[in-house]
Amino acid sequence: MSAAPLLSVNDLRVGFATEDGIVQAVDGVSFDLRPGEVLAIVGESGSGKSVTAQTLIGLTRANNARIEGSVALDGKELTSASDAEMRKLRGERVAMIFQDPMTSFNPVYRIGSQIVEAIRTHRPDTSKADGKTRVVELFEAVGIPNAAQRVDDYPHEFSGGMRQRAMIAMALALEPEVLIADEPTTALDVTIQAQILGLLEKLNRERNLATILITHDLGVVAEVADRVLVMYAGKVVEEGTLDEIFYDPQHPYTWGLLGSLTRIDRPRPHRLPQIAGSPPSLLDLPEGCPFRPRCPHEFSKCTEYPALESRGGEASDHRDRCWLSPEQKREKRQVEGQIGLEAPGEVRQA
Amino acid sequence: MARFIVRRLAAMIGVLFAVSVIVFVVFMVLPKQNPAQTLAGKNATPVLVKSIEAEWGFDDSLVVQYGTMMKKIFTGELTSYKPRIPVDNQIKEGIPATFSLTIGAAIIWLFFGLLLGYLSAIRAGGWLDRILTGVSIAGISIPVFLLAPVLLYFLTYKLEIFPNAQYVDFSEDPYEWARHLILPWFTLALLSIGFYSRVLRSNMLDVMNEDYVRTARAKGLSEREVMTRHVLRNSLIPVITLFGLDFGATIAGTAIITEVLFSLDGIGLYAAEAVRKFELPPIMGVALYGAFFVVFVNALVDIAYAYLDPRVRLGESSSE
Amino acid sequence: MAAPLWANHVAGTGPNEEHTVDTVTVDGEEKDVVTPEGKPIGPQLFGAGGKFFLGADSRLGRDEMVRLMYGGRTSLQIGITAALIATILAVVLALLAGYFRGWVDGLIARTLDVIWSLPVFLIGLSLGIALAVGGLKLGPLEISSGSNWNPIFVISLFTVPYIARPIRGQVLALSEKEFVEAAVAQGAGPLRVMFGEILPNLASTIIVFFTLMIANSMLFEAGLSFLGAGVQPPNSSWGTMITVGVELLNIQPLLAILPGLMIMLTVLSLNIVGDALRDALDPRGKARMDAALEFEAHGGVAAGSQQQAATI
Repeated sequence: MSAAPLLSVNDLRVGFATEDGIVQAVDGVSFDLRPGEVLAIVGESGSGKSVTAQTLIGLTRANNARIEGSVALDGKELTSASDAEMRKLRGERVAMIFQDPMTSFNPVYRIGSQIVEAIRTHRPDTSKADGKTRVVELFEAVGIPNAAQRVDDYPHEFSGGMRQRAMIAMALALEPEVLIADEPTTALDVTIQAQILGLLEKLNRERNLATILITHDLGVVAEVADRVLVMYAGKVVEEGTLDEIFYDPQHPYTWGLLGSLTRIDRPRPHRLPQIAGSPPSLLDLPEGCPFRPRCPHEFSKCTEYPALESRGGEASDHRDRCWLSPEQKREKRQVEGQIGLEAPGEVRQA
Repeated sequence: MARFIVRRLAAMIGVLFAVSVIVFVVFMVLPKQNPAQTLAGKNATPVLVKSIEAEWGFDDSLVVQYGTMMKKIFTGELTSYKPRIPVDNQIKEGIPATFSLTIGAAIIWLFFGLLLGYLSAIRAGGWLDRILTGVSIAGISIPVFLLAPVLLYFLTYKLEIFPNAQYVDFSEDPYEWARHLILPWFTLALLSIGFYSRVLRSNMLDVMNEDYVRTARAKGLSEREVMTRHVLRNSLIPVITLFGLDFGATIAGTAIITEVLFSLDGIGLYAAEAVRKFELPPIMGVALYGAFFVVFVNALVDIAYAYLDPRVRLGESSSE
Repeated sequence: MAAPLWANHVAGTGPNEEHTVDTVTVDGEEKDVVTPEGKPIGPQLFGAGGKFFLGADSRLGRDEMVRLMYGGRTSLQIGITAALIATILAVVLALLAGYFRGWVDGLIARTLDVIWSLPVFLIGLSLGIALAVGGLKLGPLEISSGSNWNPIFVISLFTVPYIARPIRGQVLALSEKEFVEAAVAQGAGPLRVMFGEILPNLASTIIVFFTLMIANSMLFEAGLSFLGAGVQPPNSSWGTMITVGVELLNIQPLLAILPGLMIMLTVLSLNIVGDALRDALDPRGKARMDAALEFEAHGGVAAGSQQQAATI
């Protein structure tokens, strides 16, 4: 997979002016997305992952928003593109699906007609009948049974999982090159989650559909991702391939995320592990590394803001923002025999 | 949909029946004194009271009395007692004035109310919004019986721009018809303009935050399409039902006061005169016809709401 | 309620008695309270030693300011009492309906719906007039025909559905919550649950509604009295004063405008207080301000500034 990147994001910064100051929701995010690649962006609420995703297609443009940096689709710069140009590519080249399929559809229109609306916005010459036929095709492709009848149903007549499939169908309608999925399974039951993820993985494979998957759940990531970006307080704190992140994580926050996954194949921990503390207010960030207040491995260098780089010696695409040396990291990330993170103050003295 | 309509109309009949029973109870049963005395009014002669007793049969059981009352109403026999004029004639004569007043005012308040609400919502937080909000709050707070005398005094008596009301029929002279109605229209509309603009503004702000609006943008729709097809469509649904209820309530309420203040010969004025003279039969008639009208409009509103919002159609009406 | 004190101090009489002083001394000149043609004198403000502060009314020469105060007292009394009765009744009905559901709810909700769908003012008018003429006899409840309790009865009756419906909705929602289940599991009887668990959660809604309903009731009373179906002479309220005042509108506009103005100011103040209470007591209102900084939760941007704006 060394084709030229389809989507190239460079030092993206998004800040919102509020009464209490500027909230820097995204602070210097960069990544590349290659055709057919699945990139997962992981983080807690407030980490900036959703804002990043929405900025890609210009949904965050507003009077109080300050957007800097570059987002390039196939070489074309999007941050400076006009609203009309952005509208053209939404749905057509880059499609987005959202977290809650119940509220993401307008309750007073039939689902079929909402999808046809998407089609006709970009291909106005399509007749409503042709549009409807296409919707039936799409429903079948995403696994909605009785497609021909369900086209005329209203959103509240669908179950949660079916609605999400319908959303995905709508996203695929114009055969986009990139699909952005913002927490697509968070609002669904666990069993349905698996189905939807399976569907996303199938679509990625069969159509070579590049996918950006936003989630806070590493379990979801493990199923489908090729590369992973871990975000915290608006910044990328670690990035790498799926294997690198899961088997050789470099940032304490990532250790915390991995540690909080409950696993069937390990003995039960004494306490349900979680990361101590809570995400910082974006108006009041600590000096230097943003994770400092919650990190048990903090030391003197941490008041200096770490750059995102690979510290292993050879240049690689596995980068992180932590001053600890690779040997220190390998040692400190082991807690009770597996990867995890203690609370600050609980660290055993080596 | 058809089943819903049938169900709703059936419910309407039920409510109308209940209404007639309530009117019956209000007039015949609740008051302390002999119902004939109540009907005859404050300064009735004993002879009149006796004749009413005979006519209405107050010795019969309550159910029969109810039947008699309903019969009188439907056969147009209900009359006021001084002078002896059939009630439904008077009501029919009052219709043009009342409808001109309320329908005209309704058009004005809908148009301006929705316009102001829309502008407020799309410029929410800005200076325009603040000004319009102030105007709306002022509009809501000024009751009809303050605004009307003020307007009458300044514009009619002192400056003599507008005539001192009296209703002029449209067929006689359209220009005068309008000229005589402008002040009453404005008085009646001002209160509602404020109210409707606030309601639309609030609905639109809620809807604009909804996920499906975000989806619509993500699909590539233009701002105009997003606003009309998604935001307005969903924001207006509660407004329409509100309007239906409001219109009915206005005809049966605020319009009465307005007609009195501006001396417009409508049904409201007729009812008010009857109140002044303590005459019950006209009030009964007006109350019943008014109630029928309101209940009918409510049923229409429910049906319209079901048409516009499919979530309502399936299943019984919700707890609201 | 200081009205009577002021009135007594200034005029030495009650509101409806004819003024015992027929002349007034202004700037050393003596003036008649009403001119020979019957035109009442205008506001004297402080000129006449505090008497006829706002002028005199119609041809009876009664002090307008005094009448405003007495009338206001009546209007306020009726408004507050009616709102209080209606609120208490509505809350009880809503609790019963929302907690017991089933046929109890069916009965109560249907009755409320019927009253709700009536042209309230018209029927209120009818009832008001019928009672004004004949008084009320409803089982043990008796009201004589000239009493102020008649309008109170009418107004409360029609205000109940207005309050009961939304509160019933809230009770329905609350009775599904876990703390109610928990109380029942601990053996609490229905009364305990309704009044001990659910009612406190309704407190802020009830307070806000009560305030707004006072305003509503006062407007209703003014409407009824204006047409003659509310407060009956010899009592007076702001509504009846407007009736009288409108007759003389071109001569002395203040007679009609002043009572209307008083009503408006009172209603406006009540509405503002009600709104402020709602903003202060409604936890969701405050949460929305905080959510303006929570961009991730909805992932929306415009949400931030819009929500800040919406809380205006």
